[in-house]
Order: sequence, then C-alpha cells, then structure tokens
Amino acid sequence: MTVAVVVFPGTNCEHDVVQALDAVGVGAELVWHRDEDLGGADGVVLPGGFAHGDYLRTGAIARFSPIMNPVTDLAAAGRPVLGICNGFQVLCEAGLLPGALVANRDLQFICRPVEIEVTSKKSVLTAAAHIGEVLRLPLNSYEGNYVAPVDEIDSLEASHRVVLRYHGENPNGSTHAIAGLASAAGNVAGLMPHPERASEAVLGSTDGLVLLESFAASLVPA
Amino acid sequence: MRYRVSISRKEGLSDPEGSTTGTALRDLGFDEVASVAFGRTIVLDVADGTDPGRVDEMCRRLLANPVIEDFSVEEL
Amino acid sequence: MSLHRTLGMTDDEYALVVDVLGREPNEPELAMYSVMWSEHCSYKSSRAHLGRFRHDQDQVVLGPGENAGVVDIGDGWLAALRIESHNHPSFVEPHEGAATGVGGILRDIFTMGARPIALWDPLRFGPLDEPHNRYLMSGVVGGIAHYGNAVGVPTLGGEIEFADPFSKNPLVNVMALGLMRREQLVTKAAAGPGNRAILLGNSTGRDGIGGASILASASFEDGDAEKRPSVQVGDPFAEKKLIEACLELFSAGLVVAIQDLGAAGISCATAESAAAGGMGMDVDLDAVPVREQGMTPGEILMSESQERMLAIVAPGAVGAVLDVAARWEVPAAVIGTVTESSELRVFSGGSLVANVPAASLSEDAPLYRRPVERPRHQDDLWNDAPPLPEGVDAGKTLLSHLGDPALGDRSWIYEQYDHMLFLNTVVEPGHDGSLLRVKGTDKGLAVATDGDAVRCFLDPERGAARIVAEAALNVAVAGARPYAVVDNLNFGNPEKPEVMWQFTETVAGMAEMCEALDLPVVGGNVSFYNETDGVDIYPAPVVGMLGLADPMPLQPPRLDRAEEGMDLWLIGHEGGDDFAGSAFSRVTLDHVGGRPAAVDVGDVLAIIDHCVRLAQAVPVLHDISAGGLAVALAEICIRSGVGAVVDCDDWRLLFDETPLRVLVAAPPLADLGIDDVLVQRIGVFGGDHIDFEGAGIVDLAEATDAWYHALRRPLSVVG
Repeated sequence: MTVAVVVFPGTNCEHDVVQALDAVGVGAELVWHRDEDLGGADGVVLPGGFAHGDYLRTGAIARFSPIMNPVTDLAAAGRPVLGICNGFQVLCEAGLLPGALVANRDLQFICRPVEIEVTSKKSVLTAAAHIGEVLRLPLNSYEGNYVAPVDEIDSLEASHRVVLRYHGENPNGSTHAIAGLASAAGNVAGLMPHPERASEAVLGSTDGLVLLESFAASLVPA
Repeated sequence: MRYRVSISRKEGLSDPEGSTTGTALRDLGFDEVASVAFGRTIVLDVADGTDPGRVDEMCRRLLANPVIEDFSVEEL
Repeated sequence: MSLHRTLGMTDDEYALVVDVLGREPNEPELAMYSVMWSEHCSYKSSRAHLGRFRHDQDQVVLGPGENAGVVDIGDGWLAALRIESHNHPSFVEPHEGAATGVGGILRDIFTMGARPIALWDPLRFGPLDEPHNRYLMSGVVGGIAHYGNAVGVPTLGGEIEFADPFSKNPLVNVMALGLMRREQLVTKAAAGPGNRAILLGNSTGRDGIGGASILASASFEDGDAEKRPSVQVGDPFAEKKLIEACLELFSAGLVVAIQDLGAAGISCATAESAAAGGMGMDVDLDAVPVREQGMTPGEILMSESQERMLAIVAPGAVGAVLDVAARWEVPAAVIGTVTESSELRVFSGGSLVANVPAASLSEDAPLYRRPVERPRHQDDLWNDAPPLPEGVDAGKTLLSHLGDPALGDRSWIYEQYDHMLFLNTVVEPGHDGSLLRVKGTDKGLAVATDGDAVRCFLDPERGAARIVAEAALNVAVAGARPYAVVDNLNFGNPEKPEVMWQFTETVAGMAEMCEALDLPVVGGNVSFYNETDGVDIYPAPVVGMLGLADPMPLQPPRLDRAEEGMDLWLIGHEGGDDFAGSAFSRVTLDHVGGRPAAVDVGDVLAIIDHCVRLAQAVPVLHDISAGGLAVALAEICIRSGVGAVVDCDDWRLLFDETPLRVLVAAPPLADLGIDDVLVQRIGVFGGDHIDFEGAGIVDLAEATDAWYHALRRPLSVVG
C-alpha cells in the first residue's frame, strides 16, 4: 500500500507526513502539484503548509492544480483522501468537503496542543478510534475556523459526518466546535489539527497515531 | 478595460475581522458603529472587448468562494 | 547638500572613494560606495574591536566573514548559525520590518547550502503602558509570525525585555539555525571566468533604496515619516519557493557559488561574490527583472527588494538552473559574467555606467578607531546601589513580579509562532532553552538567546560576561554542552565616546567569558545608531548560544515536570546581595543603579558540567535569572500545577539575582553527586501555595492568574 503526499508550492509538512506514515507502516511518495497522476497510489494525503502563500484565499489556487483531477477521481472511486490543516482547506475549496475555513476568532495564529474528541467512526480518519475518546493534538493554524451554511451544518450533524470536535474549549470559534469532518461515504476526511505532530513520544504525544492507523487500515481495498 | 470586483462575506457567517474591528472602533469611542463587515476589492485590467460574462466567470470560478462569499462587478 | 552627504557619507569617506578610484565617482558608483561603506554593511566603527573574539576551535568550519558561521556537530552534519538585527526598519514599519528581518536571515542560512530549521527572536521594546509600544510589539510579533509561519520555518523561542530607552528604538534581533550534510556546504566565492551570474527570486523595485545607509546607519529624528518608503515589504511565499529551488540546485550540483541579496542588494552581492573569488564581474542591469518603471542604474544597484539570490553557474549548467527555477515558479535571469579581472563593471543601455575594483567595496571600507571614554558619572552610577527596604512581603512581591510583562507568561507571543514544524522540537518555547533533535543521530541541539540591557548599562563588561554565562547555562539544563556563539551587539551612536566605551567593554567581557568556556564566536552583527533625539539605548548585546547534546536526553528536564513530594534543590551560591539591575530593582523600587556582581569563571564550568549530567536524570532543571529564586520557583510550580514549601526567611535570598544558580526538582534523593559547588536541599513540592516560611506566602491559583495575564492584559488594551 502506498500513499501519495501532494506538494504544492508553499506546502511545508510533506516530509513530516511521510515520516509519520512510515511510523504506521505505510510507504509514501511525494507528488508534485503539476503531476497528472498519482503514481498508482492507494490513497492521498494533502499535508499542511501555505499552498500558494494562502494568497486570495487559503486553498483557493491549489484546488485548480492538475493533481487535483486524479485526487478528485480517487475520491469518487471511494479511496481514502485525507486533508490535514492546509490540506483540509484545499479539500473544502475543491468541493470535496463542504464548508470553508476562515480566520480564527481571535485573529491570531494558534500553535498549541488542544483536546479533540472523536465523535464519529464513519471515516477513514476515525474508524479505528473510539467514540468519546479525547486526543491531545497540536493545532497550528491561522484559518482554522470552520464555517458553513446552517442547513449544511445540520446535515453534517444528522449524518454523523462531524468526526472530530474541539473538547473543553473552542480555540478558534469553529461552528459547532468542528475540528474534522468527512464526506458522506466517509472516504474523504479533513481535520485542522496535525496528527503527524503527535506521532512520537519524544515530541510530546502519540495521540495522533490512532488517526494515522485508521487511515492506514483504510488503504486496503474493502 | 478595467473592472472592480467587490467581494463580501455572506450574511450570517462568522467574520472575525469584522467583529474585532467593530469592537475596536467602539472602544475608541465610536459608539455609533453598529457593525463592520470585511470585504475585498480586486481590480482587473483586461483586454479591450472582453465579454463581461468572462469577468463574471472569473469571479465564480476563482476570485470568490460561493460557499462563503458574494461578489459584484463594476466597470471602471 | 552635496550628493555624498545626502547618501550618508562624510567628506573624508568621499575623498577615500576618489583615492581608491583615482578619480571622482559617478552617481551609481557613489551610490554603491555609500551603501557598502555604511555602518551596517562595513562595520567601520566596530571592526577594529571584533578581532578579540576567537573562532579557531576544532568544531569551526567557517567563522565570521561568511554569511553564516558553520560548525561541525559530528555524524557528517554541519550546523549553520547567524543572528541579525532589523531594528530601524521595525520602528518605521513594525510588521514588515520584523518580517523582512526573518526573510533576510533565512537567506543567510540557505545561501550556505543548509536548510533553515529554526528561528529565535530576542526583542526589546519600551514599557507597554505606552500605546505606541503596544503597537510596535504587536506589529513585530505579528510580522515574525506571519513571515516565519508562511515561509515554513518554526520559531522556537526568543526573549523579551522592556525598558524606556527602547520606546523610540525597539530592538528586533533574529537568530537562525540551519542543518546540512558536510558535502552540501556552498560558499559565495565566484570562481571560473566565464561563469554566469544568475539573479533568482523576486523582481527588483524601489524597496528599501538606501535602507542600509539611510535607516540602519543613522539615528532618527522625530517626524521621520519620509523614511517610510525605504522599508522593504516581504513575501514569504516567494522565499519558500526560493529556498526549495536553491536546495534543489545545490543537491544537483548546479551552482559554483551563491550569495544572498540583503543590504545593498545587487551591488553587494556581485561585488562580494567576485571579490571572494578573486575575480571581477560584468553586470548588465538591463537583464535585471524590474517591477517599477524608469529605475536608474543607481536605484537598481541599491534596491533592497527582498527574496533574491545571486547564483554563480557554469555556462553549460545555465539551462538546467533556469529549468529548476521555472519549476519552482522562481523568476531567474542571467545578469552577469565572472571575469578574469578585479573590476566590477556595470552596464546599462549598452553603456558602462559604473566601474569599480570589486574588492574595494568591502575591503577598502574605512576603519574607524573611534574615541573611547568612560562615562564621567560611571562611579556615581555604581555607588547608587538599589535602596533595599528593611522587610518585604515575599508573597505580594512575587505576585507583582509574576504580573510583570517581562517576567510572566510569554505564550501570547510564542503561540503565534508555529514551533512544531519539521518534527524536531523536543523542548518547545516556554522553558529555558530550545532543544531540537538531530534525526538519524543520538544528538540534540539546544539553543538559547540572552540579553540584559539594564545590567549591561550598569556594567557593560560584567553584563556581557553574565549573558554569555546565562546562555551557556540555558543550554546546559537541556543536556547540551555550549558549543558555539553568535552575538548581536545593539548600541547607540558610536560617534559618542561613552557609547564606544560601552561597546569595547562589552566586547571585552563577552570575549573573556567565551574564551573561558572555549566557545568560538562564529559570527555576529553590530547595530549602531540606535539613538533617537540624542538619546541612546542601553547597551544591549544579545548572545545566541548553540549547545550540542550528545546524547540528547530522551526525557529532558522541563518546567512542568515537578510533582507532589519531589525535593527542591538549589545549586550554586546562596546569594542575597546582588540587586543591581535586578527585576526587584525595576519592578518594586523603580531604580536603575549599582554595580552587578561578576561571574566566577571557575564556577561556570563546574555548574555547566553538573547540569549537563543532571539533565539526563532529573525532571526539572531551571536556571535562576530575572526575578531571582522566587520567580524561578514560581515558574516551576505554575507550570507543574503544584505548590512548594521553601526553607527561607530572608526575602533577599528570594529576589536577588546572583548568577550561576540552578533549581532542581527531583524525587527524594540522598544527594545530587555534587561536591565542588554549593548545593542545598531547600524545600519540597506539594500543596496549593508557594510558601516561603516566614518570608511570605502566595496562593498558587492567584500566582498562576497573575502570571498568565502578565502580557495578555496590557496587550488587550485597544489603541
């Protein structure tokens, strides 16, 4: 099983993600945003960073990169597609996930660990976790505030597509404290916190591993 | 030809820059401020004879995010 | 006014140019000399003294004079480090001034072949009760966050100091660290006649024209808004692409040499690159991509537009270089050719517009031995010791200290910086020193930045020695041996003999302590003319200390690892009488005076040894600095969420700042294995108070609240 990790100009977490996937036994290849195919990968991760400088809107330009065509195809085929932080922003701009990420409520970049509750197992990101499990994960973003039209939010909640929620405090003002969500089929998922940054004891937390392991397990065709 | 595109956040959606700025203005004594909404202005220089529909399309496809933004176009 | 004077040159300097050229310079030539011979670029007032710093230790690969100092850390790895100031631009436009400071120093690192992996920002502002100082601080921190986060380099720490003289002269220093394999090292020496000079990066505009000469080499007068257009605007996305493009060029072996464009832009990069290679260069300004209309040759030469590099490339590799640049969306243009001569020849519109000996722009710069004079009132200052009260309520005093913006919680600052990117951060901001792992080895790198402007004002020599010692201790408590130093020397107007006295005393104190610790000073920056309306800043040297942890402690000491039942130990002198320049003197007495104690060199070496050893074994090791023992202990208690009871009934032992002391928290032990310096068990952790038996007591929740809001409260005030 291999995963394609997409690199846009301005992406900066790609090596961290490759390293973390390696820690859960998954091989990963870097794929350039102008490439036309994913090299036969079984799944895709869009990592964190500042694709295109976050200019215009975060993720707005990245969504039009050639690589997003095969990514969209892979998503339509029901294969696992994960967006972390900036990657989540790109997935929303590309319409692969609903809603959008806007500036944090307090208008400052937030870099600190936060508590995240698993609220649904219906995604490639959370299938191996337990509902109610609280994970300590780093949040590192300026535009982490999730917004969407009211009816969209209601629909997400009703169908258990909100898979991760901020627990105890809402650090960035996200609607319904949404920290991560999934597509209807559960194979496309996005989250603002960085699981790869909580994948080794020496870094302070290994709580991200259960999410990475979920993703890894989802790579095997059903 | 020149066009001015004005992009604004859809009503009812979170606008932290707007609310923070409103609070800041009132703290400075401008109590009359009821609300502040942030938007963006983009000025486009396009070839003469460009179909206005193309400018509209630019807005819909890239310049504005229809999930969270509205836009208007003004010829200059 | 004659042209050379408007460009900031003296008549004597102009005469020197005439002498070097053997004729009068034309306008573009004069522009080049004015910037290259400015204080910021030429170090003309400081060079004579910087030779005191040693850098011949075994670990040094490249010392001062290069873009960054480079040291060998073993296992085939080299570390590049540099510290820079962007003081004057940050006063004019704090967000962009600080942002472009980050951009500039990152280029100094990757121009050596190293990927920049971390940043630190020592900052100094006037007191936060002044709205303008709040504006400056918010702007500077925001600018560093914006640029550092977007360019994708984590900021792992820094420091903050507040004092009146910085109100009109904030200090924004930035330190950067890079890592590379030995074979990746690249220099700036343009070798090989016929090789091409390729300008990479953003187009050239009028940004910062004369920035080096106008802003950094002269003092401010009030109403200096006309200096505003000189401030450069940064583009971190362009820089990120430039970093990746350059690193790819290096690993493909496509460049002979590379030089970043900073102060003095194209004129500096071309001249230095040629001179370093003992060559000359022909430069065609028509080939430089510009983004403004009608720029004169002088303007193109002097422009300080950001995010640009100059690569020296063999003719056969030019195509490949342009391809790599295009892939990364980095504009690239061949603008020159290396020549077998010693001349820098600049062409525009087909004509020769400037022709100077390449080396003269740096090598013939004036060298000033400015007059040095001890301030007349220095002894009076030393005799004006802080008037200590008879008795002090240690609890109340501790609360007021914890609520002080310079002593309380700094997370308002560092939570704006991504400090986790690259998965190297083992000890994050908020502890004594940063600790990064070196992947693929057992090693770690610890970094600390330290300054102490008030103490350096009171006694520059002792103050400078103390900050070296403190920085050394800050890496030692993370388990790292002090390994190399970079220094940022921030001073007032060097044309004043008292300021030169501060400078020479500082260099002496710093050099001596580095010598005693066998620490190479591998690079540094001097920022003079931090003076407004005739008022100079306090002398504010800042030390950037790199430590090597071998092996890196896998569970390094942290401030938040104390637990109920652990013992509290004090290593080092008991203290009690060193208050000159202390937080107590500032916060409680509002007094600046007295003479700080000197640091005992023998003690430094012993204590460093013990800390490096103990860092492998104890949960908490904390250096006592500003605020004394009481604040250091409170920091441990607050972060760990546990109180403490301390055997102490003399408040002076709690708030004095005798150097070289460390607190230890550890499960009950017979002893720490120390017999050559004073070590005492002075208390125990537990309960929900910080209790200095007899001297005072404070509730832990109250202490935590005061500490948490120390910066947040003043900075949330609008206006």
